[in-house]
Amino acid sequence: MTEMKATRDGYGEALVELGKTNPKVVVLGADLTDSTRTLWFAEKFPDRFFEIGIAEQDMLNTAAGLSLTGKIPFVSTYGVFVAGRAWDQIRTTICYANLNVKIGGAHGGVSVGPDGATHQALEEITLMRVLPNMKVIVPCDAIETYKATMLAAEIKGPAYIRFGREKIPVITKKDTPFKLGKAATFREGKDVSLIACGYMVCESLKAAEKLEKKGVSARVINLHTVKPIDKEAIIKAAKETGAIIACEEHQIMGGFGSAVAEVVVENYPVPMRFIGIQDRFGESGTPEELIKEFNLDSNDIVKAAEEVLEHKHG
Amino acid sequence: MEEKKRPDIKKLEKEATEIRKDIIKMLGEAGSGHPGGSLSSVEILTGLYYYKMRHEPKKPDWPDRDRFILSKGHICPALYTVMARCGYFPKEELMTLRKLHSRLQGHPHMLYLPGLETSCGSLGQGLSIANGIALGARLDRKDYRVYCLLGDGETDEGQVWEAAMTASHYKLDNLCAIIDRNRLQIDGFTEDVMKLESVKERWASFGWHVIEIDGHSIKEVMDAYDEAERTKGKPTMIIAHTIKGKGVSFMEDKAEWHGVAPKGEQIELALKELNMKPTKEQLEEAEA
Ligand SMILES: Cc1ncc(C[n+]2csc(CCOP(=O)(O)OP(=O)(O)O)c2C)c(N)n1
Ligand SMILES: [Mg+2]
Repeated sequence: MTEMKATRDGYGEALVELGKTNPKVVVLGADLTDSTRTLWFAEKFPDRFFEIGIAEQDMLNTAAGLSLTGKIPFVSTYGVFVAGRAWDQIRTTICYANLNVKIGGAHGGVSVGPDGATHQALEEITLMRVLPNMKVIVPCDAIETYKATMLAAEIKGPAYIRFGREKIPVITKKDTPFKLGKAATFREGKDVSLIACGYMVCESLKAAEKLEKKGVSARVINLHTVKPIDKEAIIKAAKETGAIIACEEHQIMGGFGSAVAEVVVENYPVPMRFIGIQDRFGESGTPEELIKEFNLDSNDIVKAAEEVLEHKHG
Repeated sequence: MEEKKRPDIKKLEKEATEIRKDIIKMLGEAGSGHPGGSLSSVEILTGLYYYKMRHEPKKPDWPDRDRFILSKGHICPALYTVMARCGYFPKEELMTLRKLHSRLQGHPHMLYLPGLETSCGSLGQGLSIANGIALGARLDRKDYRVYCLLGDGETDEGQVWEAAMTASHYKLDNLCAIIDRNRLQIDGFTEDVMKLESVKERWASFGWHVIEIDGHSIKEVMDAYDEAERTKGKPTMIIAHTIKGKGVSFMEDKAEWHGVAPKGEQIELALKELNMKPTKEQLEEAEA
């Protein structure tokens, strides 16, 4: 059986590893250190952990100051609170000056579950990717989150890593290649491409299997880096499969699918469909219920694939 | 702590007048910008750059330099002038303020101009950054100090008070902040827009050592910086009482001169006034 693990655990484990290997790494928390898994770092490296309290704007700029002294600060809280409440701090102090601040945005997507709309971040990909200098990574499982976090410490400048609350299947291995800005094809296919990020990679793989049974060959691309985006992989998918479905656990407007569409439309227009939140706020419920409620599950992807293929063959 | 040799106060007063003239000229040339808060903070900056701070204009990246974090970014004409006069960049460049491709952006951008510690312009953010630098200095066991200038209206921002808590929580005695208490913001007097008083008690109750001074007295400014450095176990806030638009009579104490550049005759009039400006000593002589 596939191992189940929350992406936030990958983040927490990577921070501990960074604590051991990179003395420049410091971590800041805003009264959510357990939930964001930064507690693990805080317990091992108390001198390099700064509790800032429930003060996200202050936390982001304190991190900015630490980065100006050569530290590599990781700040973490829920995506809504960091990308929303501290957006101006991220924009003007951090991104404008290309400061070396890393942001761990927890509780991305409706799969956060019962806490409901206030705690389900559905807009951060949009809010972060519009900022010059910002890099945006949405890893598909815990192992990839670990790699993304380790990588974030290496690259220069601001980076946003989005992760989730719930345990999800671990679909990559330690030796699965992971490179910033380089999409990974998880399944070959020639009729349609399912381009996904985060948990939706998993749903896309399920959808591809279902499609195969219906005689449709679907390619699945894990586009973990939303910015800088892998144009080549997207254009190749457009050319070779002639139809694309973008899948995200996030608002469609301005988000991941929009980023994919920007590349498609300009370089090689093919019919597209979007799986994602359709201009609604989240709801309370179990993660499984919510994935269905918001039309994010593999059956929704299958349906969208059939539609887009009809359009393609028009 | 060994106190630095004090520069001659009369010389610094003259320098302050020259700085004010440069501010008027560069704003006049730019055709826009913020004279009021630039003119009120001249002595605050002079005390730092000509006396208190350890810095090397020719080596702006010197790791052991004291840091100045401007939080109220709109008064950069004053900062640019002080930096140019200290030798960070050629004085002629001041006249490029706010022009296309200038290193002197309308609000400071650290990636364009060496010597700037941050990019700023969105109010309320500088004190948090200063905290982060002060924490970094402590981690590195460095003894450089961090200074941060805020506007009084700026302290309406909630983030300032978040930072006030963080600084005292972490006992950042390597940090000294200054409020330019010119009593005005854009929409009028601070006490009408959003009451700030009692500024002193508020900061003290947040755990800060508070010093109140006449922000146009070079001596009081230098004394306050020395007292801040001697203060251990808590951060220091200097409340510098100033006059917005200081030195140009028609700008003084007027909210209207917050963000409008002088033009034509106004420039000439302002410079003429500043040229005639008697020093404190001359005034005292005249009085005697
Ligand atoms: C976050 C933010 N809101 C609004 C502004 C617009 N603004 C620029 S200066 C200013 C007034 C500042 O007053 P104060 O802090 O007292 O500065 P000073 O009097 O020294 O010029 C405002 C509201 C801004 N720059 N940033
Ligand atoms: Mg003011």
